[in-house]
Amino acid sequence: MKLVTAVIKPFKLEDVKTALELHGVEGLTVTEVQGFGRQRGHTEVYRGAEYQVDFVPKVKIEVLVSAERCPAVVEALVEAARTGQIGDGKVWVTPVEELARVRTGERGPDAL
Amino acid sequence: MGLFNRGRMAVERQEDVLADINTGDTAWILTSAALVLLMTPGLALFYGGMVRAKSVLNMMMMSFGALALISVLWVLYGYSMSFGNDVGAGLLGNPTEFLGLKGLMEDTTSEGGGLPVMAFVGFQAVFAIITTALISGAIAERAKFGSWMVFVAIWVTIVYFPIAHWVFDFTLTDADGVVTHVGGWIANNLGAIDFAGGTAVHINAGAAGLALAIVLGKRTGFGGEAMRPHNLPLVMIGAGLLWFGWFGFNAGSAVAANNTAAVAWVNTFVAASAACLGWLVVEKLRDGHSTSLGGASGVVAGLVAITPACSAVEPIGAIALGVISGILAALAVGLKYRFGFDDSLDVVGVHLVGGLVGTIGVGFLATSAAPAGVDGLIYGGGADQLWRQVVGALAVLVVSFVATYLIGFLIEKTIGFRISEDDEMDGIDTVVHAETGYDFSALSGGSSGGGVGGGVAARHGALMDSGGSSFTVPARTTEGTSA
Repeated sequence: MKLVTAVIKPFKLEDVKTALELHGVEGLTVTEVQGFGRQRGHTEVYRGAEYQVDFVPKVKIEVLVSAERCPAVVEALVEAARTGQIGDGKVWVTPVEELARVRTGERGPDAL
Repeated sequence: MGLFNRGRMAVERQEDVLADINTGDTAWILTSAALVLLMTPGLALFYGGMVRAKSVLNMMMMSFGALALISVLWVLYGYSMSFGNDVGAGLLGNPTEFLGLKGLMEDTTSEGGGLPVMAFVGFQAVFAIITTALISGAIAERAKFGSWMVFVAIWVTIVYFPIAHWVFDFTLTDADGVVTHVGGWIANNLGAIDFAGGTAVHINAGAAGLALAIVLGKRTGFGGEAMRPHNLPLVMIGAGLLWFGWFGFNAGSAVAANNTAAVAWVNTFVAASAACLGWLVVEKLRDGHSTSLGGASGVVAGLVAITPACSAVEPIGAIALGVISGILAALAVGLKYRFGFDDSLDVVGVHLVGGLVGTIGVGFLATSAAPAGVDGLIYGGGADQLWRQVVGALAVLVVSFVATYLIGFLIEKTIGFRISEDDEMDGIDTVVHAETGYDFSALSGGSSGGGVGGGVAARHGALMDSGGSSFTVPARTTEGTSA
């Protein structure tokens, strides 16, 4: 089992969700996050006072998938999230030791 | 303020002319009073949007608190201190003459003035409220609410009520030339033109704001960390309500539904827009962007500048005053960083600067073609009106600054004016009012039954903007399809 984590541009969330559903993903968790990469932030001006905004709003997606399905899911996610512009985000995969479905108590791959 | 037609001065009551009430004037002044009252909740929105999210309720409550308290004080003794017969040298109205508005319920409309005195009482009440509420912008996010309310009571009594008497209370004579009422020194002895309150309202509030900002000191982190406005749409709504109410403020100050009111209306209308354009151009040239906060601020700067002048200038003069005020205020709001005082929402930069531009501008731009009938320097009237304007403006500025500094200093040294640094960090809303303006956290309780997902979707723009089907999010999470 793998945990796929992606930080993407917020307006790409809908495209990514659709792409993941097409690859059989049945659930995901979304968090609003802030940060910066090479894109850095931007400058805002209020009554002439400049504010440097270092952290850019992003959406973080977490998806649990089986090991065999993982490469296809990552591929689909990257394709769906890409605009080609700086600031498109990152995707990374981590191994998952244990998994349980709260409602039934199922363990392991059955809980996916 | 209108010179004539002030029904309250019907000293000898004549039963036979009771039917002569001017219904048009009365309807307009009661309407104007309601318009000006709405300016204070409008100011609460204007200011509330400009502070950080953790301070929005306190910012708005400073305006609402002033509204509630001054309304009561005005009825008890404020009106009498401002519009009672002068007690000497044009400095103060007799505080006991109309104590509790005694004797003013009788129908005093006469041929000299077809306006019930109570209409004038109500109209002037809301001026006292908005003036005091304006000051709160200078001490945003750091004043104890109780101390603010004590300040409001003392300030309006010692500073506003007397200055309103100086500026707005005109000496009246009856048909035989006998003086029936003695008013204040700026209006009568000095003869400065201040139609609706450039001195008594805006220079007064601006100077007071500067004094209080110095007494209370800077907000923790001022000049270092970003203290950007948390809700600019609130600021824009507030500016709109102020703009709307200002037609009552200026056109209502004719104290009649007449030509002077109509001229004041048009001048007010065009000056606000000219100032908005002036501010936006300064921003575009200086910062590279014209901002919504700049547009809203420019409107207010123009409204401030035209307030004393709207009966004395022609519409072209109103445009000139507006543009000058918009440009100067846009340049002035940056000075607080250089001088190191935290006039948080620019009461000085907008109201003191705009008030000085308008009040002194009358000395240059007044024209005898306008209802006030005086020529300023540019229209060939020489410097006669100009020096009167300068003296009136400086007198109010100095007295307001000194008196406010002393009041603020005494409050700071006795009951304390400022919340602690820790409380400031936590946010004044939770500490002082036990409330928060917004329910940001899904774990804070009281969220909707839609669950965490529904709450997130409802509160956060990023998810709402991410596609067309955001309403499906709560349904999905309740079905348990989340990872």
